[in-house]
Amino acid sequence: MFSSAFQSDELIQDDEEFGLEGGRIPDREISTPVRAAPRVKTSGDVSSPTDAKSVQITLEHAFGDSDFSPAGIFTARLKSSNHGGQTLTKLRFKRDALTDLEKKAFERILRNDDFYTIRLPSNVLNPPGREYVISSVRARCLPRESLDEHFVINMEGVNILSVTYGSTRMCQYPRLLEYPTKWVFNSRTVLKSGELAQRRPTFAEEVLAAESAEGEGVKPPEKSFWAKYWMYLIPLGLIVMNAITQAMNLPEEPAAGQTASQTQQQGAQRAPSAATRRR
Amino acid sequence: MIYTGKSTVYNKHPSRFWCRDLEAFRKFRTKLHFFSTSVSVFHLPRMFSWFPLDDLYQQYIGKVKHAIFHAQKAGRRRVVVATEENVIASLDLRRGELFWRHVLGENDSVDQIDIALGKYVITLSSGSILRTWNLPDGQMVWESFLQVSASSMSLFFVPASIEVGTDQQIFVSAGGCLHAVSSIDGEVIWKREFTDSLEIQKLFQTPYGDITAIGFSSSSQIDIYQLSAKNGDILVHKSASFPGGFSREASFVSGDVFVTLDATRYILVLVNLNGGEIRFHQTHISDLAEGYSGTAAILPQKFTGMFALELDSLIMLMKVESGRDLEIIEKIPHPASISDSLFLANGQQAFAMVKHEETNNILKESINLDSQRGSVQKVFLNNYVKTDKSHGFRALVVMEDHSLLLVQQGEIVWSREDGLASIIASTTSELPVEKGVSVAKVEHSIFEWIKGHLLKVKGTLMLANAEDLAAIQRMRLKSFEKTKMTRDHNGFRKLLVVLTRAGKVLALHTGDGRIVWSLLLSPLHSSDSCQHLIPVDIYQWQVPHHHAMDENPSVLVISRCGLHSDAPGVISIVDSYSGKVFSSSKLSHSVLQVMPLPLTDSTEQRLHIIIDDNKKAHLYPRTPESINIFRPELPNTYWYSVEAVKGAIKGYSFRGNCIDTDEDDYCFDTRELWSIIFPSDSEKITGATTRKYNEVRFIIVHIQNMLFVATVSPRAAGNIGSATPEEAYLVVYLIDAVTGRIIHRVTHLGAQGPIHAVVSENWVVYHYFNLRAHKYEMSVVEVNDQSRQDNKSIWKLLLGKHNLTSPVSAFSQPEVTVKSQSYFFTHSVKTMAVTSTAKGITSKQLLIGTIGDQVLALDKRYLDPRRTPDPSPSEREEGIIPLTDSLPIIPQSYVTHSLQVEGLRGIATMPAKLESTSLVFAYGVDLFFTRVAPSRTYDSLTEDFSYALLLITIVVLVASIFVTWALSEKKELEEKWR
Repeated sequence: MFSSAFQSDELIQDDEEFGLEGGRIPDREISTPVRAAPRVKTSGDVSSPTDAKSVQITLEHAFGDSDFSPAGIFTARLKSSNHGGQTLTKLRFKRDALTDLEKKAFERILRNDDFYTIRLPSNVLNPPGREYVISSVRARCLPRESLDEHFVINMEGVNILSVTYGSTRMCQYPRLLEYPTKWVFNSRTVLKSGELAQRRPTFAEEVLAAESAEGEGVKPPEKSFWAKYWMYLIPLGLIVMNAITQAMNLPEEPAAGQTASQTQQQGAQRAPSAATRRR
Repeated sequence: MIYTGKSTVYNKHPSRFWCRDLEAFRKFRTKLHFFSTSVSVFHLPRMFSWFPLDDLYQQYIGKVKHAIFHAQKAGRRRVVVATEENVIASLDLRRGELFWRHVLGENDSVDQIDIALGKYVITLSSGSILRTWNLPDGQMVWESFLQVSASSMSLFFVPASIEVGTDQQIFVSAGGCLHAVSSIDGEVIWKREFTDSLEIQKLFQTPYGDITAIGFSSSSQIDIYQLSAKNGDILVHKSASFPGGFSREASFVSGDVFVTLDATRYILVLVNLNGGEIRFHQTHISDLAEGYSGTAAILPQKFTGMFALELDSLIMLMKVESGRDLEIIEKIPHPASISDSLFLANGQQAFAMVKHEETNNILKESINLDSQRGSVQKVFLNNYVKTDKSHGFRALVVMEDHSLLLVQQGEIVWSREDGLASIIASTTSELPVEKGVSVAKVEHSIFEWIKGHLLKVKGTLMLANAEDLAAIQRMRLKSFEKTKMTRDHNGFRKLLVVLTRAGKVLALHTGDGRIVWSLLLSPLHSSDSCQHLIPVDIYQWQVPHHHAMDENPSVLVISRCGLHSDAPGVISIVDSYSGKVFSSSKLSHSVLQVMPLPLTDSTEQRLHIIIDDNKKAHLYPRTPESINIFRPELPNTYWYSVEAVKGAIKGYSFRGNCIDTDEDDYCFDTRELWSIIFPSDSEKITGATTRKYNEVRFIIVHIQNMLFVATVSPRAAGNIGSATPEEAYLVVYLIDAVTGRIIHRVTHLGAQGPIHAVVSENWVVYHYFNLRAHKYEMSVVEVNDQSRQDNKSIWKLLLGKHNLTSPVSAFSQPEVTVKSQSYFFTHSVKTMAVTSTAKGITSKQLLIGTIGDQVLALDKRYLDPRRTPDPSPSEREEGIIPLTDSLPIIPQSYVTHSLQVEGLRGIATMPAKLESTSLVFAYGVDLFFTRVAPSRTYDSLTEDFSYALLLITIVVLVASIFVTWALSEKKELEEKWR
């Protein structure tokens, strides 16, 4: 999920690639995704500016069919932009360590190839908002050495549209049963907001005017002279060559006439002999 | 109506006529029509020979709700009808063919029609639009929009004394106002507003020329106004109130007596206006019908001195004597229909009554009806003078399946299958395989074949005379092959199985459009206490091709037993060849969603999951075998629901059997896996669409189930122009329907719906309105999978080192690249579809149902996000078209040619057996079926291809080889002898 809608902290994507057809430019303020280790300080020690407000979002999880229980806290700062909208920035994530009971539950869903489900409130200001946004993954997709997890939170102002939860790596099918060596979550979080569609600049009229009935707009690039006229040039060359050889033969024509008369003579000589033979 | 022979000829216009303007074109068409009947036919073939002749075009009108007979002494007898599909049409009374037809807009329903002056049809539609049409040819004479503030019941009145040429007035009551409209140009002469929301029930003219309007002004008050016809001044106003209130339905027994019901519908109120006073007489319904305790309704039919009262189980005809006494004439058990009454010359009146049992009426005619037409819904009566000077009657009967019959002398003179004007779903079925062909038949067909080809050769070699040309053309038109009830080699012949709004399933042959069989669903469930059977959808149930070749294919018809979505469902399985019902049952649960699974059992029955409103899944067919097939697939089956009202999309997986219901093996619980919640204050779902479940794909991407969802700002949820560009925006989402991952999300500022979208393969194309540019736009989004990018090398593919076949879990989230582009588009769009071919290799065309009710085929290449203004040579090689600002509309690419599929609602595409060809079925009020070849027919010769000519050429060549060989031998020998 690394389309250029957001700026990753690892790789700055080149927008020029899409610039031609006016693909996408990030429009709204997009917060940088934060790679959060399990033990990250909360925002309490960050001196907040006056217009920014710290918010906490509780992450809850469920194992298979179990009920949801708190699993961690996202901390972010709410920034008001000039035109009244509010966006989240500086997202940090603190994952609670798994309790023994939860480890057992996790092992159970690993064995059953069941789902590990998380949920977030759909509004960060007054949780849970209208409803929770839910996302699930087959539990067997998560374990590597530790448990790799990857959140993509789709924001719309202060509302969370959806959260996509999964592993950072490919999940093979059939999914193999393997237990993590460390029961620690290795989390990666990306905040994503919408992008704006942008039209490429309007074309000049002459492009449209040049459009043929098939809709082929621009003229094809000019071909070289040879590429364009080879089919005329080759026969022309042949004719010319032919003419030259004939012209060269012209002076020898008397000689040719001689040879012709010689053969006639030979024929004439042969004819009587043939006649004699028949007789 | 099936277009045959001659008519088909003038449907096939070469597209060069397209450039001309439409009016000239129409004239040309009509001219041509007349020509083709009288003047030589042999000019036509050459003109139209290069058009596909397999198109199927049928015109319908829909369920008739008003009919007016035109009783002219001389000339064609006709009936003018208005239908529930908002069609006004003039039909030939002798044959039932259309003289002319107009399809009004979708929201322009016809309230009343009338014939005035013997040659004008006057219609009042959407409560405020008055139009006059010329009766012979259907041209509109004038149109008048009445300024109406509130919508309410509207009616108009044409004075009987109106004469040709004089400026008379038509009185229209609409929106609580009375308008006088000039009959010459439709201008409003005067307008009278009434206080306190008067709902006028009746308008009539007194013998002195004044206009009387009678209506209810509140729930319990009756008002009578007498107005001057010249300027609308109120001359007399009387009102009286009735303590019980009124139900606001009235039937006029005579000019000054009418009956109505009180608000509770238990008491019949007779209102007598005679002598300038308003008097009420009350009668309890229970007094009229002994022991009856229910409510009653007054039928709106017009009688004189009588009225009809509808109770639960019967209709009572009652006569009013001396303005106050009621007398029951007849009790008719349900279901029955009654027409308006007709006045006959000697003061008698007649009305038609149709019922399904015996009657002892004076004039009784019994007709035999097809049982698949259901019960009679409406009757319109017309009289004529018989040869023996007595009165004869003919009746126009509207049936339950919306078909229209004309009954005369106890026979059905003609019938129209007008239920086909309201198709809600369609599917296709293959025809049976041809087997056991007799030798005689083969000989005959070979003879025919040779004859046909010889004729064609003649035509090609310009040897044919006019007669032969006509024969060739005739052969092409009603090709014997086309109408066969067997499968053809190319898969062009199919059965279209359609479901209409009336709850009727019909199978149409694609060759000539004839109805192979029909089945009305409601009689099947009359015993299940199913009052309103609402048809929902139709699916292919059994498509035998491998194991069960000897079984007939069948279709699954889903309907609902009640008006609400939580009403129990009804499923019927119907044989596609004969229309026989295999099984039909009322379900114990409701039907919210139907999912055909990619699994079939040993008899090739497709497994279906029906989701009910409790989010429980039910598996069909209910056999142990299907459970065994489905169980292993259970953990890998997912579904989603789009809750547009709540603004949420939710994804589910299946869990185990239902817990709370008692031991039902076929019921499964579902569990919510993911959800997307749209903030209700900023986004509102306007459209969601996904791939067709049976699409064959050539391009494989990781995301198998792409769901397209569009939301708009709540303020811009209305029509175009209801919001300013600043407050309107459109957000488009591409969602992986298994994991709920948002693949792509983009906002179009200043854009507004309505949104039409089509999803296919790895792309989605959507159409919307750009408020800033004041133009429609179309955008394309293509999703490409990065994880399979390294498969590009052809060597890897050849050596089998690709990873295309390895299974991948949907839960891994590979990187995808998304490319998109937008273009302007000229047309507003009614519906969109995409062609589908057997293997999905042929390039695709978008089929766009335009606002002009035509289907435009647009190459997908124009909607390729890789288009650039100046593509590189290698890109050109790939067929990338230079980028243009707007999408081209090529007149030749209308698949409907010059025809209009009036009231176009949907386009269905299905693959033919030939890879190059896709079949297209467009339906609305009209039906249109054709086949398209997006990349031309590269895999077959055209139908016109002359095999005989090819054979002759080969024979001639071979012969000439021998001749020249012999000649050269001879020459050589001579040479040797010399």
